[in-house]
Amino acid sequence: MYKKTPIKNHLQEIQLISQRSIIAFIFMVILILLLFVRLAYLQISQHTLYTTLSQKNSLDLIPVEPTRGLIYDRNGMLLAENTPVFSLDVTPYKAGNLLKALSEIAKIIALDDTDIVQFQKQLKQHRRFDEIPLKMRLSESDVAKFAENAYRFPGFIIKARLIRHYPFEASLSHVLGYVGRINIDELGDIDATNYSATNYIGKLGIEKFYEDELHGTVGYQQVENDASGEPVRVLNQIHPVPGKNLYLTLDSRLQIAVEKALEGHRGAVVAIQPSTGQVLAMVSQPGYDPNLFVAGISSKDFQALQTSPDRPLYDRALRGLYPPASTIKPFLALEGLNSGIATPNFTLYDPGWFQLKNSSHKFHDWRRHGHGIVNLNRAIITSCDTYFFDLASKMGIQRIDHVLNEFGFGDVSGIDLDDELGGTVASPSWKRKVKGVAWYEGDTINSGIGQGYMQVTPLQLASGVATIATRGKHFTPYLLLASQDPGKSYKPQKPALVNNVDIVNNNFWNMVINGMQGVVNSSEGTGFKLSHAPYTVAAKTGTAQVYSFSKTHYENENSQVNEENIPERLRDNHLLIAFAPAENPQIAIAVVVENSNEATKIARAVLDYYLLQILNIAPTPVTTPTKSAINHIKPLETTGKPHVLS
Amino acid sequence: MFSVNTMKQRLQNRDNGSQYRTIWQCIHIDIPLLFALLLLMSLGLIILYSTSSNDLNVVEQQALHIGLALGVMFIFAQIPPTTYQRWAAIIYIIGIVLLCAVLIMGHTGKGAQRWLSLGVMHLQPSEIMKLAIPMVLAWHYHKIHLPLHLRTVFFSAILILIPTLLTAKQPDLSTAIILVISGVTTLFLAGLSWWIISSILGLVGVGAPIFWFFLHDYQRQRVITFLNPERDPLGSGYHIIQSKIAIGSGGLFGKGWLNGTQSHLHFLPEHSTDFIFAACGEEFGLIGSIILIVLFMAIVMRGLFITINAQDTFTRLLAGSLTITFFVSFFINMGMVTGVLPVMGIPLPLISYGGSSMVTLMASFGILMSIQTHRKLLTT
Repeated sequence: MYKKTPIKNHLQEIQLISQRSIIAFIFMVILILLLFVRLAYLQISQHTLYTTLSQKNSLDLIPVEPTRGLIYDRNGMLLAENTPVFSLDVTPYKAGNLLKALSEIAKIIALDDTDIVQFQKQLKQHRRFDEIPLKMRLSESDVAKFAENAYRFPGFIIKARLIRHYPFEASLSHVLGYVGRINIDELGDIDATNYSATNYIGKLGIEKFYEDELHGTVGYQQVENDASGEPVRVLNQIHPVPGKNLYLTLDSRLQIAVEKALEGHRGAVVAIQPSTGQVLAMVSQPGYDPNLFVAGISSKDFQALQTSPDRPLYDRALRGLYPPASTIKPFLALEGLNSGIATPNFTLYDPGWFQLKNSSHKFHDWRRHGHGIVNLNRAIITSCDTYFFDLASKMGIQRIDHVLNEFGFGDVSGIDLDDELGGTVASPSWKRKVKGVAWYEGDTINSGIGQGYMQVTPLQLASGVATIATRGKHFTPYLLLASQDPGKSYKPQKPALVNNVDIVNNNFWNMVINGMQGVVNSSEGTGFKLSHAPYTVAAKTGTAQVYSFSKTHYENENSQVNEENIPERLRDNHLLIAFAPAENPQIAIAVVVENSNEATKIARAVLDYYLLQILNIAPTPVTTPTKSAINHIKPLETTGKPHVLS
Repeated sequence: MFSVNTMKQRLQNRDNGSQYRTIWQCIHIDIPLLFALLLLMSLGLIILYSTSSNDLNVVEQQALHIGLALGVMFIFAQIPPTTYQRWAAIIYIIGIVLLCAVLIMGHTGKGAQRWLSLGVMHLQPSEIMKLAIPMVLAWHYHKIHLPLHLRTVFFSAILILIPTLLTAKQPDLSTAIILVISGVTTLFLAGLSWWIISSILGLVGVGAPIFWFFLHDYQRQRVITFLNPERDPLGSGYHIIQSKIAIGSGGLFGKGWLNGTQSHLHFLPEHSTDFIFAACGEEFGLIGSIILIVLFMAIVMRGLFITINAQDTFTRLLAGSLTITFFVSFFINMGMVTGVLPVMGIPLPLISYGGSSMVTLMASFGILMSIQTHRKLLTT
């Protein structure tokens, strides 16, 4: 083998291979050093960057929804709670063909159109890796059926969550409002971070107004995800801060009593504690079940609510605008006395109409043949229009507007609810601006009996009468009695005084209140149905025409048959403001009933319930209806003709 | 046999005072090499335990591979180099035949035909060629005069290209690359002249674009991705990006054993096989990576030591080629994992989970041991 190979060649070969081996080794060392440099670059100089990237890979912050605060009434009765339900949630990106999956799942769990529509809406608002609730309130059998088939539906999961529930259902719908899924408009207004785990937001009422208090602060879980995005473990967590519990000024017992009294009517009742402005009851009838809205109302149900002629979604107490009609009279009487334009002793003969100087137009009294001789007291008791036509004409619109503004009309009351309407106290500048027409004296006359352009809400009326009850202390009506951080102390809300209605002589209050008591106690009083109560009541009724039947209506005045012949919805609206007990007012109420004359009866039921059942006040001796009120009237001083403005 | 003074001198110095053979030499085991191999493979098992998400079954399976490979190594170490020399050409020819058989009737795995089913076990003929190519070249060069003539270079090129092309056809590009490298290193050690080396490098530069057209789509994708991994972070760039994140986030000391989020949470793909070095870098940091590389280099150095001490051209060329091929394999793997070389699907030798390449590799270390322990002790 070796014989061919000369020795020197062999040596050469060995040297050659050794040489090449050494060259290769030098190459290798250089390459390994370059590799070290590369590793040092990645692991030292780029370490921070890659650490961040690695954490971004695996760590995820999952927001945790705070528990919404509970709502109680003033006695601690639960009005809004959170109940656990099972919901079917979907993570769209995991679901693959979503449409197909939806149609498949519909075979197992009944999905109605509302669920799908809601889901599609949410789908647009969320990212593809967010969990979106598809159906709330799964039944136990739904849960079981899904569990059997869960393997077929990646991305679908059953979740236990808390959902808002209103145990009083329709009774408190207008005040409490409800929560619903966050929509695109709201998405722009809220703090996206704080709501990152929240699906619901207050849409109306207390739920909306106190959204910030009720919502709480979002918590976080820092979780480690694997490459497929599944959380593997929780590394860290910041617990969510639950929302505050709210205690409302409402008395749910009274609220229900009011609701019962109003049953079958369209109307509103607001009851206020005069000494503070706390709203004891606030009912708009008909109501609706707010629970329907929480889970997402079906379009059919919503259509029904929206198209109902009774307009159950319309909060009459807060937004219902009604001509105040005769309920305005005590306020004007006060201003008349205060300004000296009216005196207690001034009398007027009411032939049944009032006429302005230089005008042939007759302003008719509600009673065709008039009330005869009236003074201020009797004018309030009998709700004499002619007297107040005269007074309005003498006072002028400025004074009328001034006093009405003082009592809070023409502007929102400032109650802690959104979307309140302020109504209208008509003024010449208002008329020019809104109607584009000049103010006529006749407008002033109409204002004198709360007709014309005047519009008030039941809440404003209640607040106004509460201010009479306190003799001028005008408090902002409010619903939030106190808020409480869970486990912490109770933080009461203080009453807020808006203004003090300045009346020069305290006696003027007495005169007006006396008149209002006469409304109840006098046989002539328009609020006679409130008499024989074991407590004293000061009240004033009002009747507002919905439709003018012109002369025919007057010709058949006082005819019950005629009233019943009128189509129901064209019948008069009846109003009543009252407070009781008159000498120590505990409650002031405003009742507005559309197309029905049962305002007084309703008021009686409400006052009875509050004063006798809830407050248990000692009955005061029943004052039998007397004519004492009109006995004060001095002999006629007028010529017997209607008073004409001179 | 050799009357060369220098050689005699060296061998005498080396074996100074050790005329007797140790027990290890009797069973033909090279202790430094075995020690380095066992150390590295043990570290490999520790890393594998972590990357397999603490799955002892995987570790047991790999330990079984190691045991089998050690057995193969032991057997190969017993065979004297002269036998390899005698059988070189036959092994090579058998290898070619088996490669052809694979193409005709091989089993498909991972989109490529690589295996021949031999009843109980799978045989991957391309693995045989990893040993057969350097063997047949060394055998050939042993017979002829060195340095190489151009004619010999051409002949060698054909010897290399036949199995390479057959392997690439399977397609198994990564093994084909190793085959080329094992052949080229033998050529290089045999004194391939520098001008041929530079003209080949030149040709590669020109030929690369042409070669491009012969690549499979997935292979092209790998090249594109290598050049710009961020181009497609969730597609083909994902491997490299995640690998760099794993290594980079490891820092100087690493996240600690069993604490690598990239591998444990499955962000790092192939974290037990091709990308195991990234998992090591993540958990043991720069320090751990350097220790691992130093151990690899220790094996390389022992291999080169055996090369230089080998007594004839055949054993020298064979030992040198096997050693350098080992280096190139782990360097390519580390290079691709750290993002300096394209992803070629070459596992990290001795560490990555898997049996076939482990057995071949240990066989090559068995040959190295055989070369070292079968040296004829020269007497003066």
